Amino acid sequence: MTDKALSIDHVSKNRGKTCVLDDITLSLAPGQRVALLGHNGAGKSTLIKSILGLTPIRDGAIRIGNATPGSAQARRDTAYLPEAVSFHPALTGREQLTLFAKLSGSKADVPGLLERVGLSDALDRRIGAYSKGMRQRLGLAQVLLGQPKVALLDEPTSGLDPISRQDLYAIIDELAAQGTAVLIASHALTEVEARTDRIAIMRKGRMVADDTLNNLSALAGLPIRLKVRASANADALAAELGGNRINGASVELLCTPEDKMEALRRIARLGDAVADVEMTPPKLEDLYRHYAQEERT
Amino acid sequence: MTRFLAITRTEMLILRRNRWLLVATLIMVLFALALTFAGSAPTGTLGVDMLTVSVASMTTLSVYLAPLLALMISFDAIAGDVDRGSLSLLLSYPAGRGEILLGKFCAHLAALAFAMTVGFGTAGAVAAFFGGAGPESLMALVRLILTSILLGAVFLALGYLLSALARGATAAAGLSAGLWLVFVVLYDLGLLGAVVMDKGGAFTQSVFPWVMVANPADAFRLWNIAATEGVAMASGMTGAAQALPVWAAPASLLIWPVLGFALARLAFRRVEP
Repeated sequence: MTDKALSIDHVSKNRGKTCVLDDITLSLAPGQRVALLGHNGAGKSTLIKSILGLTPIRDGAIRIGNATPGSAQARRDTAYLPEAVSFHPALTGREQLTLFAKLSGSKADVPGLLERVGLSDALDRRIGAYSKGMRQRLGLAQVLLGQPKVALLDEPTSGLDPISRQDLYAIIDELAAQGTAVLIASHALTEVEARTDRIAIMRKGRMVADDTLNNLSALAGLPIRLKVRASANADALAAELGGNRINGASVELLCTPEDKMEALRRIARLGDAVADVEMTPPKLEDLYRHYAQEERT
Repeated sequence: MTRFLAITRTEMLILRRNRWLLVATLIMVLFALALTFAGSAPTGTLGVDMLTVSVASMTTLSVYLAPLLALMISFDAIAGDVDRGSLSLLLSYPAGRGEILLGKFCAHLAALAFAMTVGFGTAGAVAAFFGGAGPESLMALVRLILTSILLGAVFLALGYLLSALARGATAAAGLSAGLWLVFVVLYDLGLLGAVVMDKGGAFTQSVFPWVMVANPADAFRLWNIAATEGVAMASGMTGAAQALPVWAAPASLLIWPVLGFALARLAFRRVEP
């Protein structure tokens, strides 16, 4: 027995001679939202397909609850949104979703679900006439069918406008609130930052990071960026503080989180020479770059 | 257990919506009518009613058309979903691959059956109206419709097989065209060549009929011809039919759909969306 909604345990997979998944371990508790980040070809989609049982793995084990990938139980318990999802263009949104509802065996309120994703106007229009964003919404509607234990979303924000993205994250929160573990493979770093409980980063088939954003920041030891604008002489200010002058009037300082207060006190002591201070903590993007691009030594 | 029916329902909707059903039925009606009128000349000389002649002509038509129509729907069944990227989503649902294939098969077979029944039925009715019909020729018409559906089933299954093996729907379409050419045209030409080379030897006497009946298209022809004397006379092909036991052609035409479906199911198992 396990209390994990999804557990991936030392999973490896080869495609030809290349190792596309290398000793991946990851687990999601019910209701947890985890972002899975990585470059194209890092193995995100392959990992998702392994969880779905669509592609065999060489080593290790994957469990959805207690079921193995591809088993009837596992398929009932998982919901999946493929990357750039598409459907048969001749069907209407209602017909497509009705098919999925019947296949999943759930008694679903199809019009209600389509309204939830903002497609109530396009209910009886052919999918062939849908925009990419609308197809993505339809894909999202089928994720909401039944009450999945695990939802796997592959690039769910691709093709969505900013407002739809907000809707998407509201829906993800809803899923998490009903106890579904949500794994989101994404490139949209800034949105993922605020909306997930944990972040996992893959690089070349390996899991290089798996932790909360704060812990990852601390672990990476990425510097905080201080931008100090001089009121008169930027060169003198640069000499005084020991930073780099980045334009005519500003100086940039990098410091560790522990040294942050000390640096601020030094700046404060300069009095009138400083016109403004801007402080930027490390962004997910910096973290991502740190973990995903760091070369193996 | 009713999940495959949900697939069937959706597939039928698609066939109706993209006009496949309409076009296929129209093709069947037009060709069957044209052949019935064009082939009505020899009624007097052979001493059979017009429906018999019409069935004989339509048998020849069906050998070409039934496999073609079947392959035209089935080549896209798996490869098309892979291309669209919708297969991975479909397979993430509780329906198994066998259920998906069965669901599509039922819908496609129903559509073929509709087109065949309407097409041959219309032409048969017209022939019977103008040139008379008897219980035997009506029987021949029913047999023609049923065996045409069986022949269609064979090529539906073979189409799924190619669709699962091909990389992409375009490749599947090409393979299907090749398959049609081999089974319907080249196979017979090859056999003909072999018979000519053999000059009535052992091959022609004992092996040739069996090799011929192994091809579902030829089995279809033999079954229709052997069963009705009038049709055999009208088509002028009795030799090969007489050299075989009665069950040979029906057995071939009944085994092929099952075999083809099993092969398609095996090939589908290996498809990674």
